[in-house]
Amino acid sequence: MSDAVSVVNGASFDGAVQVKDAGLVGMVTLRGDFTSDSLAKAVKSAVGLALPEARQVKQGAKGGVAWMSPDELLLFCEYDTADALVAKLNKALAGEHFLAVNVSDARASFTLKGAGVREVIAKGSPADLSPEAFRQGEIRRSRLGQVAVAFWLSGPDTMELVCFRSVGSFVYDWLCVAAEKGTLPEYFNAG
Amino acid sequence: MSTRLQNHGRLIDRSMRLEFNWNGKRLNGFKGDTLASALLANGEMLVGRSFKYHRPRGIVASGPEEPNALVGLGQGGKYEPNQRATTTELFNGLTAKSQNHWPSLEFDVGGVNRVMTRFFPAGFYYKTFMAPSFAWKHVFEPVIRKAAGLGAAPDPEERDADRYEYFYAHCDVLVIGGGIAGLAAALQAGKSGAKVLLLEQENHFGGRAPVDGVTIEGKPAQDWIDATVAALDSMENVTIRTRTMGAGVYDHGYALGYERLTDHAPEIAGPRHRLWRIRAKRILTATGAIERPLSFAGNDVPGVMLAGAVRDYMINHGVSVGDGVVVATNNDDAYRTAIALKEAGLDVPAVIDARSTATGPLVEKARAMGIRVETGTAISSVYGNKKVTSVGLCKQSGEGTKTDELDCDAVAMSGGWSPVVHLWSHCGGKLNWDSEMAMFRPDPSRPPLGADGEGFVLVAGTANGHLDAAAAIADGHAVGAQAASEAGFDAKDDAAPLAESEAEGPILAVWSMPQGQNKKLQMKTFLDYQNDVKVSDVRLAAQEGYESVEHTKRYTTLGMATDQGKLSNINGLAVLADSLNAEIPQVGTTTFRPPYHPISMGAIAGEARGGLFKVLRRTPMHDWTDSNGGVWEPVADWRRPYCYQQAGESVKEAVNREILQTRNSVSILDASTLGKIIVKGPDAGKFLDMLYTNMMSTLKVGRCRYGLMCSENGFLSDDGVVARLDEDTFLCHTTSGGSDRIHAWMEEWLQTEWWDWKVYTANVTEQYAQIGIVGPNARKVLEKMGTDMDLSAEALPFMAFADGEIAGIKARPYRISFSGELSYEVAVPAAQGQAFWDAALAAGKEFGITPYGTEALHVMRAEKGFIMIGDETDGTVIPQDLGLNWAISKKKEDFLGKRAQQRPHMVDPKRWRLVGLETEDPSVVIPDGAYAVDGTTRANGVKNMIGRITSTYYSPTLKRSIAMGLVEDGPERMGDTIMFARTDGTTINAKIVDPVFLDKEGARQNV
Repeated sequence: MSDAVSVVNGASFDGAVQVKDAGLVGMVTLRGDFTSDSLAKAVKSAVGLALPEARQVKQGAKGGVAWMSPDELLLFCEYDTADALVAKLNKALAGEHFLAVNVSDARASFTLKGAGVREVIAKGSPADLSPEAFRQGEIRRSRLGQVAVAFWLSGPDTMELVCFRSVGSFVYDWLCVAAEKGTLPEYFNAG
Repeated sequence: MSTRLQNHGRLIDRSMRLEFNWNGKRLNGFKGDTLASALLANGEMLVGRSFKYHRPRGIVASGPEEPNALVGLGQGGKYEPNQRATTTELFNGLTAKSQNHWPSLEFDVGGVNRVMTRFFPAGFYYKTFMAPSFAWKHVFEPVIRKAAGLGAAPDPEERDADRYEYFYAHCDVLVIGGGIAGLAAALQAGKSGAKVLLLEQENHFGGRAPVDGVTIEGKPAQDWIDATVAALDSMENVTIRTRTMGAGVYDHGYALGYERLTDHAPEIAGPRHRLWRIRAKRILTATGAIERPLSFAGNDVPGVMLAGAVRDYMINHGVSVGDGVVVATNNDDAYRTAIALKEAGLDVPAVIDARSTATGPLVEKARAMGIRVETGTAISSVYGNKKVTSVGLCKQSGEGTKTDELDCDAVAMSGGWSPVVHLWSHCGGKLNWDSEMAMFRPDPSRPPLGADGEGFVLVAGTANGHLDAAAAIADGHAVGAQAASEAGFDAKDDAAPLAESEAEGPILAVWSMPQGQNKKLQMKTFLDYQNDVKVSDVRLAAQEGYESVEHTKRYTTLGMATDQGKLSNINGLAVLADSLNAEIPQVGTTTFRPPYHPISMGAIAGEARGGLFKVLRRTPMHDWTDSNGGVWEPVADWRRPYCYQQAGESVKEAVNREILQTRNSVSILDASTLGKIIVKGPDAGKFLDMLYTNMMSTLKVGRCRYGLMCSENGFLSDDGVVARLDEDTFLCHTTSGGSDRIHAWMEEWLQTEWWDWKVYTANVTEQYAQIGIVGPNARKVLEKMGTDMDLSAEALPFMAFADGEIAGIKARPYRISFSGELSYEVAVPAAQGQAFWDAALAAGKEFGITPYGTEALHVMRAEKGFIMIGDETDGTVIPQDLGLNWAISKKKEDFLGKRAQQRPHMVDPKRWRLVGLETEDPSVVIPDGAYAVDGTTRANGVKNMIGRITSTYYSPTLKRSIAMGLVEDGPERMGDTIMFARTDGTTINAKIVDPVFLDKEGARQNV
């Protein structure tokens, strides 16, 4: 799959924070009944993680899982293994009512690095991004300006952001403007 | 003449001289000046002309309430009209121009309107512009347009050189206003641990306290202010933003802050304004008060100013507004101005006090300083044209007979102070009239209510009606604690800071000066400076029957200018109340609406400009299309190529070439924008049977079926091909614009009506690049690309799909056709879309493969008589209108729209129905949307219409024009010729034919 390309194809920008194309990420949408033991088992076996709580995102050695809604999860894996992951879930959950589908290509992913990542996102998202309200391990499905996005902190100063593929270039351009040097309001770390 | 003093000027730095340009003149000011103070320091009393009469106008105020000193600021991409000189900080190189004058500020032709004053009474526009209608275009519009208008719009070719942004902030307590009450409140809330955001519109704190000589804890107010700001700065839970105005308060604790980042220093990089979108548990407004003018004749002559502003300019900027300043008042506060002027060595010819007695400590101090105090006295009229030369005095109780005249350069007036209740009122906070203090003040028992039914706005200090410094700071302290505790924090119950200022005697409500001002004087007495509304206008409105303050406002334009009546509202409604013989609270105020003070359009737009103005969705082949002649057209938020223009050909030629290439050999189409929704579950078939008009549950695995979706009202909403992936799983294609809407439609039914059905959906539109390989040579191209699938007609017949690999890429070719040709729509992973596209182009080279755009797609589907959602449908069309009865199941008990389609109007045989149309002259293409007429006329004189065109093209395949349309009795009138009206009055004859123009049997696609 050497001819598979992400939307902004590796672009990055160094401003008040660094904005970088996170490349192709394997993603599988899994809808089902969260109270079902087999669903929990299937997720555990697929990515090695227990089901997340509401608005929780987890990353492990085998992959990751994020809570998207009361009946929807997003599983993360290597891009090349997403189809295999779907097949595995289909097998494990055969006979149950569920939906597993590869959405890796429907997404664009970005990584933002730097002390000001919260403030860059807070220029476009009405979510409360203060350190008290938004902690590592929490995912927010929100918007950035006019566009639907989801984001979470993968480290104290590292924000992961996912949007639809078709708006990947728009979101990248948006992030570069918001991350322009010297434009952070310094609200979250102000005294 | 106004000038710079040697002393005073607490805000200016005399070591930092700044140069600026005023109407082409090079003038100097100091760092810390506003444009207004710098103009006054240079003796520029005349700063603009009024809106209606072009009267000469000078600076009246020192803050955002200023009605007159509106200037055009900056040049080119930085030009902005109607900027207030009083809120514009001076910087080196500032360029400003006065407004509303021609040819010059000093000599203005429009000033003759002044002579016409008596001909522009209240409601002039309504009375004059009723009739005759032709006068609108030829007389009123051109004349008024030239004479009226506020400032000049920026050059339409210029683009704003700056950029703007938003910032979303959340806090427990938002404090608006950094005066002593706001600071005390922020401190108290901050100490409780609450997250506090304090906004101050100026770049300094303390409000009026330092100017008014207030002492706090026994020391000058400035000491306490500095210490408190330092204390707040050191608190981790407190954020302070200066140059940030609280612009508006909205439901659920939402507020807007308007931060001006570079207006004072344009050399700073980054956004010019930042719009803070704040969500707070409690909003505390400590916004102070605004002084009211007095209503005496000639109160708009340059040099007549608010007493507080005269004091501000002297103490803050070291500027005197004139050597001799008459003070006119109805309260004690204005004596502070008289005393300050006298102490600065200037002359105060007299204090004209409307009250019959005045004995407060400030009055006595003024008397002791030798200032002449005339009680029971009024200004009969101000004399002077472009500046004040003298004032006439009269009895306040009389009609205005002049008893004396005093020479002076300026008049400092005070009609009392009105609390700034705007932010309290934006979301519904109610006011009480305090007749003793002559002001509206917030009623704390009727605050704006939040989602929990509790008040979410609190008001403190002067804004709460506490004009006295000691009461204001104590109120700020208490309300700050209250806000914190309401937000869930434990506020300390400690003692408030102790402030002291001179006590004030009672105010006398004076709405007219003198009391019984005669009509002649009323016509020279201005209430609203910016809109030129006079006392006589409001009285006339009342006389003509206007009782509601809202109606009077609109009739007279009182308070409708950019200052939103900050100076004029209370005086105006008091005059109205007096004219109606009513009490002021009975008349009430007009509605306070955000923003408090105009904010820039840029701040409202935020970052959304240029490429970020509107979201643009791109397919995986977007960039390739862009660099290969794609002529873009918007399709929902996507861009799709209308055609791919080659060198030397017109758009029309490109479209015709693309069609013939497809019909004769093979073409490639980017169909990625088509919506793709997975529907899975044991009840998926049952669910789709409800959504589509035809039967989907009987579809075989591996096969496709075209389907129609209707709204509950029976109207066509979307169409597309459904593929059954396995027993439980379907993939529904939607129109390009419909993917999000239809997915939401599915989820709505599943979540609200059929929540117990076992169905899951997922929108996978963007997972796939969908590429059409279309034309007689399509199969050859795919086979040449290399595949592990049998693509033959037997193995993969029309309306089937397969899964496998093509060109080494995982692919699912669907044998579906919107062109009537042999066609494979191949879905591949989006990340490999471009790779597949490139491989197809390479493989198709020997067949002359080229891409085709949306217009070729449209023409080819019209040749085949296929409908297009949005062309043949417009929200009022049902499938039966389009002859699609074959796609409406008669076996199904129900589907969305079924019952609606049985309503009498839906089964009316006279509904316009779809037919094909061929013009008599094959080269004439009927205009889109043209109406079919039968030559008769309706009772109302309109031509009788019997149908309309829905699609119309030139078909290069058939070498003639073709059209589809909805026509009354159309299908029964095959072969008839009917007329279509053109806008020039002529008609086009066309024959009614079958809508399928090409290959009715489907032989071309079934190979």
